[in-house]
Amino acid sequence: MNDVVNPAAADMPNQEIHQRIRKEYAAGFISEIESETLPPGLNEDVIRFISAKKGEPEWLTEWRLKAYNAWLQMEEPEWAHVEYEKPDFQALSYYSAPKSMADGPKSLDEVDPKLLETYEKLGIPLHEQMALAGVAVDAVFDSVSVATTFRDKLEEAGVIFMPISEAVHKHPELVKKYLGSVVPQRDNFYSALNSAVFSDGSFVYIPKGVRCPMELSTYFRINEAKTGQFERTLIVADEGSHVSYLEGCTAPMRDENQLHAAVVELVAMDDAEIKYSTVQNWYPGDEEGKGGIYNFVTKRAVAHTNAKVSWTQVETGSAVTWKYPSCILKGDNSVGEFYSVALTNNFQQADTGTKMIHLGKNTRSTIISKGISAGKSQNAYRGLVKMNSGAEGARNFTQCDSLLIGDKCGAHTFPYIESKHPSAVIEHEATTSTVSDDQLFLCRQRGIDTEKAVSMIVNGFCKEVFKELPMEFAVEAGKLLEISLEGSVG
Amino acid sequence: MISIKNLHASVEDKPILKGLNLDIKPGEVHAIMGPNGAGKSTLGNVLAGREGYEVTDGSAVMNGKELLELETEERAREGLFLAFQYPVEIPGVSNLEFLKASVDAVREHQGKDALDSVNFLKLAREKVKAVNLDQSFLKRGVNEGFSGGEKKRNELMQMMLLEPQLCILDETDSGLDIDALQVVANGVNAMRDENRSFIVVTHYQRLLDYIVPDYVHVLADGKIVKSGGKELALELEEKGYGWLENGEA
Repeated sequence: MNDVVNPAAADMPNQEIHQRIRKEYAAGFISEIESETLPPGLNEDVIRFISAKKGEPEWLTEWRLKAYNAWLQMEEPEWAHVEYEKPDFQALSYYSAPKSMADGPKSLDEVDPKLLETYEKLGIPLHEQMALAGVAVDAVFDSVSVATTFRDKLEEAGVIFMPISEAVHKHPELVKKYLGSVVPQRDNFYSALNSAVFSDGSFVYIPKGVRCPMELSTYFRINEAKTGQFERTLIVADEGSHVSYLEGCTAPMRDENQLHAAVVELVAMDDAEIKYSTVQNWYPGDEEGKGGIYNFVTKRAVAHTNAKVSWTQVETGSAVTWKYPSCILKGDNSVGEFYSVALTNNFQQADTGTKMIHLGKNTRSTIISKGISAGKSQNAYRGLVKMNSGAEGARNFTQCDSLLIGDKCGAHTFPYIESKHPSAVIEHEATTSTVSDDQLFLCRQRGIDTEKAVSMIVNGFCKEVFKELPMEFAVEAGKLLEISLEGSVG
Repeated sequence: MISIKNLHASVEDKPILKGLNLDIKPGEVHAIMGPNGAGKSTLGNVLAGREGYEVTDGSAVMNGKELLELETEERAREGLFLAFQYPVEIPGVSNLEFLKASVDAVREHQGKDALDSVNFLKLAREKVKAVNLDQSFLKRGVNEGFSGGEKKRNELMQMMLLEPQLCILDETDSGLDIDALQVVANGVNAMRDENRSFIVVTHYQRLLDYIVPDYVHVLADGKIVKSGGKELALELEEKGYGWLENGEA
C-alpha cells in the first residue's frame, strides 16, 4: 500500500493555488420535458411494474425478483476510500421516462423536439452530423433509449445494436444466455440492485468474423430529479469479431445527490476484440461539495481464447466514483487492458481501478492508470492482479501515476497482487508528482498563461491513455480536462 | 530598453535587493557579476515576475511600460526572456507543443496571426539545428531526460524562436563544458543586434570571453557596487570580490 497525502506541501508555497476554485459545468442544464415518473420506493410491486411497463417475458421478471431478494440480504460496501451519505433507496424513483416515449416513437420525427434539443446542447447530434462522424448512437435519457441511429447500416453487417429492452423481445435467446453471465446478480450490492431495477441500456451483438463497420456509442443522461439511473449494457462479440464502443455521460446540476448504478457486461468469444471507451462527465457537485452524482458502476469482461478486451476511461465527473472495469482472462493467450484517467477537483472522490483475473495460459494484461487530484479532492487507484493456478506464463504490467495540483488534495494507491503460479510475472510501477511552481513559472515566462499551462501539463501526463481513445474522443477528453480543471490553479 | 530604479525585493521577508539601479539601452550587453548570495539570480526572477519574490520598492520600466505591474506571462509577451540556470522538466509535454503554445501567445499579443503547424515546424527545425540539437528533441518532453548542456541549448532555442527584446541569461555557463559553452555563446552572439539587449548574470569571467559585454557590474549585498567596461571582469577574476565587499568601492 502506497498512501500519499500532500507530499507537495513542502515545495509548494503557492498560496494562490486554491484561490480560484470555481468550475463551470457546461452540461448542467435541466430539460423541461414531461415525464412519467414512478413514485419513490422499492418493493416487488415496483419491480413488477417496471417489468410490465416494458412488456417483459416471465423469465426476466423472475430474474429481476431473484436479484431483488438477493439485494435485500446484502449490505452496502464500505471498503472504498470514499465518504458519502448513503442513499435512501426508498426515497428514489426507479423509473422515469419522458412522456412522449410512452407510446414509443417510430422514428426521430416523433421524438419530443425538446429531447432532441437536449442532445444538441450536449453536442450529441442524432441526425446528419452523426453521419459525418460515422458513429452510431444509442441515447439513453433517464431510463429509456431515445433513438438508435444507423441501425440499417449496422443490420446490413449483421450487427445488432439496440436498446436492451428491445433486444429482450427481438433476441431473447441471446439476452437470456448472456445477461448476468459476466456480472452475476449477487456479485455485489449495486449489481444486485441494478439487476432488479435496470431500466434500459444498450445491447450489442457482433456476429462471427464481423468487423463492426463503425464506432458504436451510447450517450447517457440523467434529467429527472430524485431518480436513479440503472442502465445495463451487454456486448457480445462472437468468434473473430471486432467492435469499438464509446460511452458518454452527463447530468444536470442539482443540489441533491443522484445515484447512477450501472452494470456493463462484455463477452469476447475466441479471437474476438472489444474496445470499450468511456468519457464520464456526470455532474460532480458544486465547489462546496453539494450535489453531484454517485457513480457506482460494475463493469466486467470475459475474454475467451486469443480474445482481447480493452477498457479506456476518462473520468472527470461525479461526486463519488466507485468503479473497477475488469477482465476475466479465461481463455489461453487472451489479453486485457485498462487505460484510465481519473480527475477529481473540489470535493470529488474517486476510488477506481481494475481487476485482471488471469485464468488461462499466457494471458497478458496491462494497466495504465493516471490519477489527477486538484482542490480538496481524494483520488484512489485500487487494483487487483490475480494469477490463478492455471495461468502459466501469464504476465501483467501495471503503471500507476498520480499528479497532485495544490496541497489540499490526496492521492492513494491500493494495489493487490495474488499469484498462484510460479511462472507468472507481475510488474508494478508507481509515481507521484505535482504540477510544480517551477513548471508553471517556466510556462508563464514563455508567455503561456496559467490555465493553459496546467491543461498542457495535465494533458501531457495523460498522453499514454489519450492515445488509446478514438481520435475525436481524445480531443473531447482533452477539452473536458481543461474545463474540469478551470480555476484549480490561481 | 529598461530602466531599473531603486529596486528593493525580498524573499520570505528577507531583503535581497536593496536599492538596485541599472539602465540598459537597446543593443547593449550588460554583465552582472558578484559573489554567491549577492542577489544575482534574484534580479532575473524579480524582473520576470516569479512568485515568492516580493518587490517592496522601486520600478523597472521596459519600453515605456512598468514591468512590475504586469503579470508574469505579460512581461514575457512584452519581450522579456529569462534563460534559466536550472530549466525544469515538464514530462509528457512535447517540446514542439510547448514552443508552439509559447510562440502563439507572444504573436497573439503582438497582433500577429498564429503560424500554421507546417510553417511553425519548419521554423522550429531551423532553430534546433542552429543550437546543434537533434531533431528528435522537438518530440521529446520539455527538458525531459536532457543533459545539463542540452537543457541550456534548449533554452537558447526558445530564445531564438521568441526573438525577445531583453534577454536575461541566469548563470547560463553553470554546468557547461567548453564546447557547449561555445555553442550557447555563438547563439547569443548571433542574436545580438542594435535593438536587442542582454543581461548576462554570471559568477565567472569565463563566459565573458565568449559573450563580450559592453558593461560589467558588480552586485554585492543587493546593490550594484561597481560598474565598468569589460576589463572589470578580468580584474575581478584576478582579485576576487572581497575587496569590493569590504567597502573599498
